Amino acid sequence: MAGRIDTAFAKAKAENRGSLGVFITAGDPDAATTEALLDGLVDAGVDFIELGMPFSDPMADGPAIQAASLRALKGGMSLTATLEIARNFRQRHPDMPLVLMGYYNPIYIYGNDRFIADSVAAGVDGLIIVDLPPEEDSELCIPARDAGLNVVRLITPTSHDQRLPAILAQASGFVYYVSVTGITGMASAAATSISDAYQRIRKQTDLPIVTGFGIRTPEQAAESARLSDGAVVGSAVVDIIADGVANPSSPDVAENRAAIVRKVAAFVGELSAAIRA
Amino acid sequence: MSKTNVNTFRNQPDEAGRFGIHGGRFVAETLMPLILNVEKAYKEASADKSFQREMYYYQKHYIGRPSPLYFAERMTAHFGGAKLYLKRDELNHTGAHKINNVLGQALLAKRMGKTKIIAETGAGQHGVATATACALFNMECEVFMGAEDVERQKPNVDRMRLLGAKIHPVTSGTGTLKDAMNEALRYWVTNAETHFYIIGTAAGPHPYPQMVRDFQSVIGTEAREQILEAEGRLPNALVACIGGGSNAIGLFYPFLDDTDVAIYGVEAAGKGLGSGLHAASLTGGTPGILHGNRTYLLQNDDGQITDAHSISAGLDYPGIGPEHSWLHDIGRVNYVSATDEEALVAFQLCARLEGIIPALEPSHALAYLSTVIGDMDSDDIVILNMCGRGDKDLGAVLPVLEKLGRM
Repeated sequence: MAGRIDTAFAKAKAENRGSLGVFITAGDPDAATTEALLDGLVDAGVDFIELGMPFSDPMADGPAIQAASLRALKGGMSLTATLEIARNFRQRHPDMPLVLMGYYNPIYIYGNDRFIADSVAAGVDGLIIVDLPPEEDSELCIPARDAGLNVVRLITPTSHDQRLPAILAQASGFVYYVSVTGITGMASAAATSISDAYQRIRKQTDLPIVTGFGIRTPEQAAESARLSDGAVVGSAVVDIIADGVANPSSPDVAENRAAIVRKVAAFVGELSAAIRA
Repeated sequence: MSKTNVNTFRNQPDEAGRFGIHGGRFVAETLMPLILNVEKAYKEASADKSFQREMYYYQKHYIGRPSPLYFAERMTAHFGGAKLYLKRDELNHTGAHKINNVLGQALLAKRMGKTKIIAETGAGQHGVATATACALFNMECEVFMGAEDVERQKPNVDRMRLLGAKIHPVTSGTGTLKDAMNEALRYWVTNAETHFYIIGTAAGPHPYPQMVRDFQSVIGTEAREQILEAEGRLPNALVACIGGGSNAIGLFYPFLDDTDVAIYGVEAAGKGLGSGLHAASLTGGTPGILHGNRTYLLQNDDGQITDAHSISAGLDYPGIGPEHSWLHDIGRVNYVSATDEEALVAFQLCARLEGIIPALEPSHALAYLSTVIGDMDSDDIVILNMCGRGDKDLGAVLPVLEKLGRM
């Protein structure tokens, strides 16, 4: 049986377009808002969702996602609560691919086996663990793959051709091409570099290759999705949440949260329309 | 998982950079190819006599090595126990042990054709040492330093600027060493192809813990020769302070297989281990993954890193080098702690009795001395690593001593 991720990419391909993925951090600014945001993403037409597991020291993230992690942790978010959000999401949305993205330490403390079992039970489709390169596969990634989770690999401009076989060995679901040498939320990559990288990676894998890091506008998303098999937008969405928290549109907390959800859904709707144009 | 050869404590790490379960290479993919390059270059350099000769030349003529092993007669009399020797690494050029490692890494960077250097710093000693080496070898230097540390270590900030380094004050998190290291790693991720990251302590992804240990081992190698010359035998005990643990591993490593030598690593207990405001990763932490390695960390039960606290900016770090974590697990080294207040008392004591103003970091080692020495005979020998001088700390220490009425 094909997994949700495979099905979603096949569907986008059949529609002759790239896929759209959106990243938000679990618990930013609280669990209930995250659940509403996730529903909004589905309605706005995303093809898959990356749900960030907050960490106090996100080494590969820029200021926007660092701040999102801190807002979530300040609001009491934990890995246990993140898995709860995933479980609830799966009950509401049986088909939408959900990938957990984050850093290894909270998982290691939670317990690798317990995390894998709870993720599978919650209906999570895949994992992106930023600080687990293939050299450190044995503890989490291989057992996760064996349990049926997709191990989504990051490939960067510094990952040279000789390294790709090692990176791709355990990869499944899709491959995430980090289009800039840097942290999340920085400047976007040039079209030629994305295109060159896509050709380079395509020679070594049949998996869908999506592009992320530095994609901020509907135009950039559309271009990246055209040059590869999909685009992921993270910091630009997280910035809308940050702005909504910092500059409340209403003194009523619930109303302000609802306004944030509406703004995010509207923006993601533009991204979704752009990649379908 | 590495196998431990029972005949030696000096066979770590394994090929994957593991010290027992600790160490490893837990970094983003962007950095992996670079780290593998550093590892390859370091292996080649270690085997190259001309690299060793070049390092020896600068150690001798630029740093001023070997540093003396000094019999501290008045402190010995004060404690009334074993004979105390101080390994005087505070007499190195730039005033601390940090330059030993920086020189090695800067020469490696030069060998790799890198001319742009990144460093993190807590107390500023590693930053000053890096800025110094960069001036010497005509390299660009960017130092990441927590904003709080920029305040409490102003003399070192001024020194770095004078040496031509660019300082990046880091305001994320608590604005201390941990956050400086996060920012330095982020900057390295962004400038991966052009820059070399000189990590200041025996931590981080493989091969850094091994490389820093090797460069700092000159301390223990010299001390071993010097004590044999002075006393005709090995010491009964070694004492060193531990933040990340580079000075300590440098002193300890050459003695690890001398199992009659008791070894004490002194962590910063801040306001007390029970207060939650400390930097004692081994005595108050659990294993986890941060800054590229598995090691003991201060963290909560959700795996979020908690803030360290120490009066000493150089010890104010929620982790520790992975080799120390391993030595703790197997019980070869005794890891203990001293509080801010105990360190301050020792700071003043050393200044008054020996005319040596110690840095706050080795003041923690000095503070633990009374516990070690009290139980020893008068012909026993203790070597303490005086890994830095205290000029940089006067601004932080004097107001406290004045407030306590001790000045």
